[in-house]
Parts: sequence; C-alpha cells; structure tokens
Amino acid sequence: MQEVTPARPLWHVILVRPETMTFVLLIAAVVVASQLSPYFLDISYILRSFTLSAEFAIVALVLTMVIIAGEIDLSPAANMALSACLFAWAQASGIPMPVAIGIGLLAGLAMGALNAFMVIALQLPSIIVTIGTLTLFRGLAQIIAGDKSIRVPDWFIGIDKILVFGIPMPVVIFVLAAFVLGLILAGTIFGRQIYQVGTNEVAARYAGIRTRRIKLVLFLLMGLVAAVAGMMTASRLGSVRYDLGLGGELQMVLMAMLGGTYIFGGRGTILGTFLAAWLLVVVSTGMTVANLLPAIQLTVLGVLLIVAIIATNFIYSRTQR
Amino acid sequence: MNIVRGILMRRETGIALMILLLCLAVGLYKPQFLTMNQLRVIMLLVPLVMIVAMGQMLVLVARHVDLSVGSMLGLSAMLTGMMFRDLPQIPWGVGFIVAIGTGALLGLANGALVTIFKLPAIIVTLGTLNLYRGLTFIVSDARQVDRQFVPSAVKAMSQTSPIFGIPWIIFMALGVVLATYWFTLHTRVGRQIFALGSNPSAAALRGVKVNQITLLVFSISGALSGLAGIMYASRWGFVNPSNTGAGFEFQVIAAVVIGGVSINGGVGTVPGVMLGVLLLGCVAAALPLLGIPGTAQGAIYGAIILIALLIDRSVRQQGIASLKWMRA
Amino acid sequence: MTESAPLLLARGVTKAFAGVTVLRDVDLDLHKGEIHALLGENGAGKSTFAKIVAGVHRPTRGKLSLNGRQVDISSPLVAQKLGVTLIHQEPISFPDLSVAENLVLGQGEQGWFSRVPWAEMTREARRQMDQLGVSIDVTKPMRGLSIADQQMVEIGRALASGSRLIIMDEPTAPLTPKEVDTLFGIVRRLRGEGRTIIFISHRLEEVRALCDRVTIFRDGSKVATDAIENLDDAEIIRLMIGRPLKEYMHKHNASIGEVALEVEGLTLPGRFQDVSFQVRRGEIVGLGGLVGAGRTDVACAIFGIQPAESGSLKVNGKTVDIRQPDDAIALGLAFVPEDRAVSGIFRTLSVEQNITAAIPGRIAPRGFIRRAIEKLLAADSVRKLRIRLASVNQPIGELSGGNQQKAILARWLLAEPGILILDEPTRGIDIGVKAEFYDIIGELAEQGRAILLISSELPELLALCDRILVMAEGRLTAEIPRAEATQEKVMQAAVPRQQAGIAA
Repeated sequence: MQEVTPARPLWHVILVRPETMTFVLLIAAVVVASQLSPYFLDISYILRSFTLSAEFAIVALVLTMVIIAGEIDLSPAANMALSACLFAWAQASGIPMPVAIGIGLLAGLAMGALNAFMVIALQLPSIIVTIGTLTLFRGLAQIIAGDKSIRVPDWFIGIDKILVFGIPMPVVIFVLAAFVLGLILAGTIFGRQIYQVGTNEVAARYAGIRTRRIKLVLFLLMGLVAAVAGMMTASRLGSVRYDLGLGGELQMVLMAMLGGTYIFGGRGTILGTFLAAWLLVVVSTGMTVANLLPAIQLTVLGVLLIVAIIATNFIYSRTQR
Repeated sequence: MNIVRGILMRRETGIALMILLLCLAVGLYKPQFLTMNQLRVIMLLVPLVMIVAMGQMLVLVARHVDLSVGSMLGLSAMLTGMMFRDLPQIPWGVGFIVAIGTGALLGLANGALVTIFKLPAIIVTLGTLNLYRGLTFIVSDARQVDRQFVPSAVKAMSQTSPIFGIPWIIFMALGVVLATYWFTLHTRVGRQIFALGSNPSAAALRGVKVNQITLLVFSISGALSGLAGIMYASRWGFVNPSNTGAGFEFQVIAAVVIGGVSINGGVGTVPGVMLGVLLLGCVAAALPLLGIPGTAQGAIYGAIILIALLIDRSVRQQGIASLKWMRA
Repeated sequence: MTESAPLLLARGVTKAFAGVTVLRDVDLDLHKGEIHALLGENGAGKSTFAKIVAGVHRPTRGKLSLNGRQVDISSPLVAQKLGVTLIHQEPISFPDLSVAENLVLGQGEQGWFSRVPWAEMTREARRQMDQLGVSIDVTKPMRGLSIADQQMVEIGRALASGSRLIIMDEPTAPLTPKEVDTLFGIVRRLRGEGRTIIFISHRLEEVRALCDRVTIFRDGSKVATDAIENLDDAEIIRLMIGRPLKEYMHKHNASIGEVALEVEGLTLPGRFQDVSFQVRRGEIVGLGGLVGAGRTDVACAIFGIQPAESGSLKVNGKTVDIRQPDDAIALGLAFVPEDRAVSGIFRTLSVEQNITAAIPGRIAPRGFIRRAIEKLLAADSVRKLRIRLASVNQPIGELSGGNQQKAILARWLLAEPGILILDEPTRGIDIGVKAEFYDIIGELAEQGRAILLISSELPELLALCDRILVMAEGRLTAEIPRAEATQEKVMQAAVPRQQAGIAA
C-alpha cells in the first residue's frame, strides 16, 4: 500500500504563498519609503498617489482572472484609449452625454468580444491575438483623435477630486471592485471554475464545465472594465488623447505577476493583485519622492516584472510535489 | 503544370501580387506614386524594419517572440550616439561594433532569461522592452544626441554611395537579407532552428542543442536590432531616448507574420519576410498620397497582424483536413 | 539463419516506474538477420522492453550487450550511434522540413556553421528511397506525407545511419493492406542484408507471415521464445493470456432491468463505424479490444466530448442529442476517463475541489459555494470510497494513483448517475486497490445503475461483466454473453483480421 503523503503544516501553507511575499514586500517598501520622506506616513498622500494608477489597478484585477483561466490579454490599455476616444469624440460632436458614455462602454465590450472571438472560436493563442488587437485599438484611437486632445465637459472632470469619507473616488472604486471580484473568484462557482479551467482545461471539459463560456465572460468583462477605466482616466485628466494609458499593459501584467498570479494559469488571487497594486504605488511614489526620473522607474518596473515571475514560479515549484 | 501551381500556391506569390495590386491601384489614383522618387521614399523607409524583421523571423521560427527589438534598437543607438558625441576621436567604424555588440548582449540576456528560468518569451521581452527603454533614459540622462554629433560619414550612408547613388543602408539591408537567406537554408545550425520550431521534443532527441539555439536566435535578433540602431542614427541624424525605436516591435511583427512566418514555429522564408516588409513599406508610402493621415499606420499594422493570423489558421486547417482525408 | 554470435543479448532486464514493476528479469537473444516478433497483451511489457533497447527508457536493472560488447544505451541518440533505431507507429518527425532533411537530421558531427550540402543530400535521399522501392518526392515537406510514407522515411533514416537493429512498434496499425505488403517486402529485404528487426504487432497473421521467431510477454515477464513454426495460434493466445483468474474477483447479483442506454449505428469517420449496443439497468457491459480499436472514441462520442457524426442515442428510452458533456451529465451519464492526468484530475487543486467538480448546482445552489455542504459531501465520499489522504485540502497531485482514481470516481458518484462509463478504471493501480474497485463496481450495478466498462484486462472483463462487447479497428466484432465468455473468444474477436491475403 502506498504511503499517504502528510499534509503540510498550516504555517507552511500560509508562509509559502506568493501573496505573503507581496505583503512582506509592501511592508518593506513602506518602511523604506518613510525613511526617504515623512510624507509616506501621511495616508492621504499615498491615497492621492494611488489615484494615478487606480485605473490600471482596476483592470489588473480582471486581468488576474483572465490569467488564472489560462489566457492573457495585453490589449486593455489600448482598449482604454479607444473607448475613451470614442466617448470623447461622440460627446464633442454633440451626442448627448449618456449616449456617448453608452458608446464608449459598448466599444469596450465589442473589443472584448473581438478578442474572445479570435481566441475562443478560432482557437488562436491569446498572446499573439492581443498583441495584434493592442496595435489595432491604439491605431484606431489615433485615427479618431489624431494628435489633438479632445476635452470633456467640465462637470465630467475630476473623479479623483471627489472624496468619499476622505478617500478619492478611484480608490473607492478599486477597493469595491477588488472586494466584489475577490468574492466572485473565491466564493462563487464561476470563480471556482475559472481555476479549474486554468489548471486543466481538458479535465474541466470532461467534468461538464463550459470552458468556452467562462472564457467568453472573462474577455467581455475585460473589455467592459477597460472601457470604464478609460473613462475614469478621461475624467481624471480632463481630456482624451490617443496615447491615454500608453504602456499600461506592463503595469497591469506587473500587478498580476507581483501578486503571485501564475503565468501558466490556475493559480493566483485577487488579494495578491490588490496588495501588488499598493506595492507598486508605494514603489513608484517612493521613486518620485526620491527624485528619480520617470524613465528609471520604467527600468525598475521592467526588472520587477522579471523578478516577480521568476519568484512566483519558484514558489509554486516548491509547493508542487 | 505542377511547377506553375507550386509557384502560385506559395505565400510569397500572394504577397507579391498584393504589392503589385496595391501599387497599381494607388498609381491609377495618384500617378506620382509610380515614380522613381517614390521608389526612393519606399526604399529609404524599409531597411531598418527589414533588418530587424530578419532577426524576429528566426525567433518566431524557433517558437518564441521578441517584443524588445525596438528598445534594443534604441539603447544600442543611444550608446553609439553618445560614443560619437563624447569620444569624437574614435573612428566612426567602431560605432558599428558598439551598436551590434550592445544589441547582441541585450538579446543574449533575453535568451538567458527564457532558457534558464523557462519563462515565456513574451513576458520576458515585455519586461525587457521597458527595462531597456528605461536604461536608455538612464545612460543618456534623458538627453537627445543631436545631429552635429553623428559623424557625417555615418549620415552619408543614408544619402548616397558610389553605386548609382543608391544609399549604403539599402545595400546593408540587402546584405543582411542575403546572409539570413544563406544562414537559414545552407548552414546546419540554420536548419536546426527550423527543426527546433517544428518539433521541439523530437529536436532534442535528435541531438539538437535546444538551449544554445534559443540563445543564438535571441542574440541574433538583438545584434540586428543593434545594427538597425546605428542605421537609425545614420538615417535620421539624431538619437532620441523616447522616440528612437519606440513601437518598432509592432511593425516588425506585422511584417514578419504577413510574410508567412507561423506563430507556431518551424515555418518561414526569407523572401516571404522581405516581401512582407516591402508591402508594409508601400502601404506606409501610399498613405500620405491618399490623404490618409500617418496616424492610421498603427491601426493598419494591427489589422495586418490579425489578418495574417487568420490566413495562417486557414492554411493550418487545410493541412489537418488533408491529413484526415488520407487516413480515411 | 541463426548465427553463432547473437547481435543483442539482454540479461535480467527489469524496469519499474514509480515503484511499480512493469518489466521483470527479461533475458532475450536476438540473432543477426532475423525478424523477431514481440507479442503480448496491452501492458505486458513488450513496448517497455523495446523502448529500453532503443534508449527511450533506462532499465532499473539488467544488462544489454550489442555484438558481444556491454553497452549503456542512455538516450535515443546513443542508440542511434550504436546502430539501434526505434520506428514509432506514427513517426516523430519534423513536419515543416523536407523529407531529405528529416533523413539526415541528427547525423554526423559537423560544426554549427558547416554548409548543408543540399544537392548531395537530395541525391542521397533519392537513392535511399529508390532502394526502398518507394516513390516519395524528397524535396517536399514531411507534413503532406501519408503515415506509410512517413514510416518509409523513418526506415530510410535507420538505414542511412547504418542501423543493425530496427525496432518497429506496431507499424502496420495505420496502414492499408497494400501498404502492409510493401512494408513486408522491405522488411524481408533488410533481413536479407543481415539486419535484425524487432516487430511488435497484435496481428497474428502478420506475425506468422513475416517473422522467424516470437517472444511472448505476459505481466511484465517473458513467458516463451520459440520459432514461429513451433507454435499454433491457439498456443500463442494461451501463452499471452494464460494466467489464473484472480479469486478476489466475484460476480455480483444484480437484477437486470430496462434498457438505460441504447446506441444505434454510431459512426465517426476515421474512428468508429456503425456501433450499436444496449446497456440495461443493473447490468455491467464490458467493452474489450486492443488499444486503438476505437473504444475510448465511442465513449467520448456518447458523453459529448467529440460527438459522432451519425447514429442515434437513447437514454431511458428517449432519443437524446448530446452535444457537450454537461448535456450528458444532465441526462444522468457519468464518464471516468482513461487518462487520469490529462483528462481527470486538477493536479494542483484540493482533493475536495476535485471531488465536487461535477456538481456545481449542489455545492453552490445560488452561485455561491456553500463550504459546509462541500466539506460534508467530500468527507462523505472519502469515507465511503476509503480514499487515503491526510486532508481533503491537500492538492490531489500528492495522492497515490489509486486514490486519485477513487477521487475521480467519487466526483461522478456525487452526480448520482444512472449510467456510468468507466474507461480503464484500474490502470496503473495497486492490486489491493484494484480489488476495492471491483467491489465498488459490483455494488454500483446492484444499486440499479447501468455500467459500461472499457478494459484491456481480460480477467477483469470476464469476472465482472454480464456481457462483453469486443471492438476491433473501429467496429464491434463480437457480443459474448457471460456464460460463453472465455479469454480466447474475446482475444480472437479483438485481433484484427487482414482482409487481403498477405504475400507469404
């Protein structure tokens, strides 16, 4: 008779988790940053800094679910730009505001649907498909907006200036989104099946799980949330240009990876991405406070991405027996 | 008859026809498109993409992808430009060694991350795309290298040459194309890249050194990006930390996949990629004549990538269908 | 044709995978210039032995000598250098490279940048194909070739590398009769040149037509080696299956009820044709046959994983259309698939999650998972099926194969199916756990469930089933009631008959 492998002790289960790594890094980053500048002990300063990345962070939450399901989407930052451009262009050409917002959201959904169609119906690898759509969406945004920036109405501007109990609106939305998505991923059968599809798609199919439907929902959600994020950015900046959110895919993927999402699917949590978003904000704000050039921050982000996937893969390879 | 059919069925023929049709259509609408002057415009547009596309083709054939080519181009160009500026006594020829060497090292780093840590190339190069761009800013202190610092001999290479006044950079691109053609078809290692991409596990069983070849293709992609970097300095006369090479990866990938290189590895030809680059060049040259703003380029590259994926898919399905037919 | 010094000498070759011994103390001599057949049931060890000789696996114990010199065949590459080549049933090749390149790749030790001599290579490839007497355009990519032609290329490769020993693992399975004739002609010529061929096949007629000697494997051991003339078919079959029935298997006493599952004229071109049968409540129907006979394909078609193109399905008397697995589940079907790792378990997820995967409606009545219910159901299953584990929260990958299989069975039992399809449920499982499985299957039938049991183990089919259906090459070839079932009968129906005569 085969020996039964003993269960790992609880401390081991908790400690050897990528989220723990993210949390420890977050604490370390706060400690180091507060040595650099006393501002860091001012919560409202950190919250204000967070508004700059809040839109990406919200999208990163959905991206986490997409990656857990075994796919990837590199196009949401371009989606943000295109849906925001369409929205801004529509309202600038006299279409009533609610309709313009509807156009933007529908555009986002349509972009999600395009990705879903190529990946699910045509069975093309999502990684290459979304590189293509990323280029296409950004290019279309450029056609619509040209080199100009399109202003949005004054009343629409300033979502980041609205405070709810002293917390800026984008941060509130992010926290709420994290809460809801976290609940869905951890608590519902839909969330459970996302993990199962990402762990073993064939087995999921044999168990009667509608794998295609799950992926379709995720790509559509991705498109819709990216459109919302695009409009939030428009509100924060006061105007829309084609390069809105340019390069955002790096930050989104980085947040997911830093939060311990496994690049090959099947593992990861919303909590991890939630923590990673704060970590990233503290790091980049810390770099700004330390007077580092934005470009150096780019370097740091690139290094972080590579280190994060190496670390995550390492942790998972240790826990997988 | 068979030979004729064989030629007609080839991907290269299809692209060549597309180029021809595009030129005729645009030419009918705007006759100045078919002038020598316009040819010169196209010929000056394509060499950089052409050179980088050759490297990207090798990477894709080996079942990887390199998103960092634009940043490698930028960083190599910046280091070379700074050398020209800060050490003017060094002969300009050294610039080529610096540019190519820098690129090769950056590419080697990509390859090392992919092979040592078994990471997907797309994520690694998405990381290094930003990392290398950031390094460009750091080494340059975010300052541009201006026209006066680029040696006139280097700049002249984009203007003329003793041979019919055709600029040197066109010959360089042609040289790289011929060398890649020879490399992919007539060297052992060149064929092994195709074997690796065609069936990685079988390749390992047949003694193909998978890791070394992966390192090699990424290094070549880097080195060619580096070469394109110094050619950028030659062509435009300056190196800018944020513009030089930015977004280049999408043009290159679009050209390579429309040129018939399969994203599943193992398939791709140098003539196909060359025609793919030319097609993109013709499109880019035609846009302003047709009154379409240059801003439409991005969308066109994106559409081309997606269309190429669709073509690739239909070709693959045919293959599977014919196999089924034979077994029945 | 036997010569004094054997080409290959195997002594005490033993192989164990993860503690399970699949090959035990095999001694075998192969002579120069002979065609030697390896026969045995699925899993008897013949393919494992062949793979050890070809360097795919390394023996756990034992020695191999080639031409009197002891060798360590550590990889296929080493095997090739020693002159041993394994030809797979569906050749592993480089579909995008030309035939000529496929022939030479991996040969020679030139440097990286040495020139590829295309003209010479093509000429040499043509010469080899001519020698084999086949007309293949060597400049065409491998992708478009038929399986038969791909095999020819593999044989050509073996010859080009000067192989003395060529192992063919069921080469004729995907071939047409005409192609088989061509292949046999070539194999005989190779023997004439003094080469040795190991020929693995299930088709006795082919073995008889082609081979000089046979070696028969059973349960991982060699049971006999003899000249083919000395053995008749009945004797060979007896040697292949002749083990005593294990006494722990017992037949249940279920009352057989109405028809639960009825299959009529099910066809999926290239996989199976015109398959019709019924399974009644409380009945265990066995589906026997060799690997690749189409049994699993039929099961997948019934369950909606790859639906059939024509034919009809009735569940409890009603015609149904099953397009995907959850349609099947809704109708009360369950399917325990053959390959646990690929299509059964979620390796890194908890045992609990694995067990409850097929009943989303019960653990999450309104979309939200009710942990208490899930825990209860999982714990209940663990107790009932005696799954041995440390905690239901540990990843299922940490469990032994038998307990993983129990968990998958538990998953389907929770769905309370009326019809259960079990595909090789006891493969790769310890003997003790196997016995438990047999008890469980018997109990399930007693509860009035209809069971379709796919198995390659004859004793298992004979002991458990009320009826045995046998498939060969995509068709049902026999339906044997329990009273008349013998191992010989099942085996005879399972071994494919060659339609056209084989040139002797």
